[in-house]
Amino acid sequence: MIHRITRAAAVIAVTMATQSMLQQTGVSSGIGSFVRPAMADTGQVQLVASDLVTTFQLENGMQVVVIEDHRAPVVQHMVWYRAGSADEPIGESGVAHFLEHLLFKATDNLESGELSATVAANGGRDNAFTSYDYTAYFQRVAADRLGLMMEMESDRMVNIRLTPRDIETEREVILEERNQRTDSEPRALFREQLNAAQFLNHRYGQPIIGWRHEMEELSMEDALSFYDTYYAPNNAILVVSGDVTPDNVRALAEEHYGKIPANVNLPVRERTQEPPQSAARRLTFKDPRVAQPYVQRSYLVPSRQSGAQEEAAALYLLAELLGGGSTSFLTNALQFDQQLAVYTGAFYSGVSLDDTTFNFLVVPGADVSLEAAEAALDETLVRFIEEGVDEQQLERLKLQLRASEIYARDNVDGIANRYGRALTSGLTVEDVQAWPRILQSVTADEIIAAAKKSLRPEVSVTGWMMKEEEVSQ
Amino acid sequence: MSPFRVICAAFSFCLLALPAWAEIKIKEVVSPGGIVAWLVEDHSIPFAALELRFRGGTSLDQAEKRGATYLMTGLLEEGAGDLSAQEFARELESLAAGFSYDANRDTVSISAQFLTENRDAAVDLLRKTIHEPRFDQDALDRVRAQVLAGLRSDEKDPNEIAGRQFSQIAYGDHPYGSNGEGSIETVSALTRQDMFDAHEAALAADRLFVGAVGDITAEELGALLDTLLGDLPKEGGAIPERAEVTIDGGITIIDYDTPQSVALFGHVGIDLDDPRYFAAFLLNQILGGGSFNSRLMTEVREKRGLTYGIYSYLVPRDLAAVYMGSVASDNSKMAETVEVIQTEWAKLAANGVSAEELADAKTYLTGAYPLRFDGNSRIASILAGMQMDDLPIDYVETRNDKVNAVTLEDVNRVAAEILLPDNLHFVIVGRPEGLQSTN
Repeated sequence: MIHRITRAAAVIAVTMATQSMLQQTGVSSGIGSFVRPAMADTGQVQLVASDLVTTFQLENGMQVVVIEDHRAPVVQHMVWYRAGSADEPIGESGVAHFLEHLLFKATDNLESGELSATVAANGGRDNAFTSYDYTAYFQRVAADRLGLMMEMESDRMVNIRLTPRDIETEREVILEERNQRTDSEPRALFREQLNAAQFLNHRYGQPIIGWRHEMEELSMEDALSFYDTYYAPNNAILVVSGDVTPDNVRALAEEHYGKIPANVNLPVRERTQEPPQSAARRLTFKDPRVAQPYVQRSYLVPSRQSGAQEEAAALYLLAELLGGGSTSFLTNALQFDQQLAVYTGAFYSGVSLDDTTFNFLVVPGADVSLEAAEAALDETLVRFIEEGVDEQQLERLKLQLRASEIYARDNVDGIANRYGRALTSGLTVEDVQAWPRILQSVTADEIIAAAKKSLRPEVSVTGWMMKEEEVSQ
Repeated sequence: MSPFRVICAAFSFCLLALPAWAEIKIKEVVSPGGIVAWLVEDHSIPFAALELRFRGGTSLDQAEKRGATYLMTGLLEEGAGDLSAQEFARELESLAAGFSYDANRDTVSISAQFLTENRDAAVDLLRKTIHEPRFDQDALDRVRAQVLAGLRSDEKDPNEIAGRQFSQIAYGDHPYGSNGEGSIETVSALTRQDMFDAHEAALAADRLFVGAVGDITAEELGALLDTLLGDLPKEGGAIPERAEVTIDGGITIIDYDTPQSVALFGHVGIDLDDPRYFAAFLLNQILGGGSFNSRLMTEVREKRGLTYGIYSYLVPRDLAAVYMGSVASDNSKMAETVEVIQTEWAKLAANGVSAEELADAKTYLTGAYPLRFDGNSRIASILAGMQMDDLPIDYVETRNDKVNAVTLEDVNRVAAEILLPDNLHFVIVGRPEGLQSTN
């Protein structure tokens, strides 16, 4: 919660937090909004009000989530597809993201670029993003334009018309995007290698943007094949947040999306899964552009499972207790007590269709070696498990999580994202609504048990990000 | 002709009817002790956001103490009053409040959000960080190490390298010409006394602007302001004179071994209080203001695939104004990118914009304006910013009218005046093929 001026480290942390999402443009989406009257009275911090949220399904199988907030005449309209880079065919890495770019080109009814131009001409903003498990498109606009947004979004669900020229220029754009986000960025190159080493058999090991040599070969057929397979109402979730009523959204959704037939050939979403991992992996990455060496370690761990989120909740709290802020165990040990590090962090990405990762990051001080930093990390993890959870720290954390649900109501579009990500990652509306309560129920013993079970060397990858040593003659 | 254009046309009358922002009722609150704040009351969620801005920022640093204000700001949350850094952090967590501290060229800003149920305790804690920072030597050394780590990373970051070079070219020896976070040399030499001095210079009543939004009444805010800020020193350190911006046309290349070059480009800009500002704002929206449909995005990305993104922006700071843009292109494509930018810049200066482009930019900017007011913290920040910019309290209601009042003649006259294709200077970091520095 505290913003710290630790730029080098912060940049690394931010890069980690956003690694699993690519936007259509670098234009900030500025997601955020207003919420309707709060439920909580004074006296005690309460859990989030799920009565802001209404869900239903269209006859063609399209799921709809409505999150109401009538403080301002604004709406955010999003369509999430249960299709991301981990659903791509082997050899076509990057095609999910490539297709996302191509959906801004022409359709039977829209000229190339016309959708965005129309949104802009109506005073709105639009963008799209791709991750491992989903691709999503959204517009933020005055509430009375919702029907127009649905008309255009439903159109490009099934009607895109690409030209060879679109493929050529847009492929150059995504290659420049890879240039900018990955190839110019040693941290991103390092993370790509780390990820590839973590996943032995799952597509999460391939970068969302794609490997360059495969991106260069992406064709119109590749893009259209992915489109025809996955872009259908029964594989999509409509999430509308803001100044709308469920009845209004239902009527408009039936008019625009309801007329599109379901894809009866929609494949079951079964990816190749990880075998048991039985060998700790290590890698060193050297690049002359590295100014600040660091150690990063990831472990293969379970994600949030529908109807059984307890273990994931324990892992979430574990990450917060170990490396979630300036009072966390690692920060306390490595930055305050031993003064070996300038930054420490722990991260758990729980929303994921298949097994996910738990990450540690240690940025050592100027005269501390990576070896010493890694040893201190390991020693501290052992000590954490031995000493057990500081109950007072756990209580403070749970209080903050309860409060964060109050602050979250200031931003219904954030709540919309929460649903979109969850529902494309194997979770249900009930799972999303149960999550805050499950977090509150986790005990200190369950957290330690989760740590012992998950933080095993044989499922880990440890990476050293290093400066290229200068060779002296 | 697609059906959507028809729909758009049908909708266009609605735009005029769209309320600027029905919910934004800004009140001026003067505390019993005389501190002024702008407030938007909204009791729907039991918390409030508070934004404090102090004019001056890192430009208050003496040259040999460069980075002092920035480091001082970072240390405000590292121990105050009877609390060490960690005790403070635990206390903040116990209140589930959020405080953040930042410093830039013109401002030190403190942003807070706190629950209604423990507001008094949160304000007491915030007060300590403003009035009683400890600047303990161990905290100073720890945070200094973080800042130095950041500075070392910046030395290898193409965007940072380009930004510094551009500032140096534009502002020379003025504080704007160097990095507000300091250099490795100056930051390494900063002392505890420097922190106290920077604190005294930066946080003073004569340069304070306050915005508050959320679950708090005017009366409660008045009392809060006196508790929180009543004991500030009256006057802070002297703010430097305006910077003289001198940018000549040309190209400066900084060799860096990376596959993609990054470029910053720009020339002198115009100030926020310039009567031509709204025309310039519309002009920039059309040139490179961040939509998919700007001229630069269309020419450089959509038509030629030379980049992932290209933007231009007016940068009106307190002490100088520039007009800038940024782009990244493969080393093999940067020369073409530069050429397209130069062409577009000159074309727009000579020929101006079309009536349709202007109409589109107006509908976009007037329609997008209310979307900014999205959340208590964001609105609090806007309220403080409006006061710093000396805008009237009814600005939110009149701003779109001012945008709409700009005529095609205005924009095209301003285009010829402020777009200076011959003065456009590119700073390129990378190994761009076929380009050379011009001097």
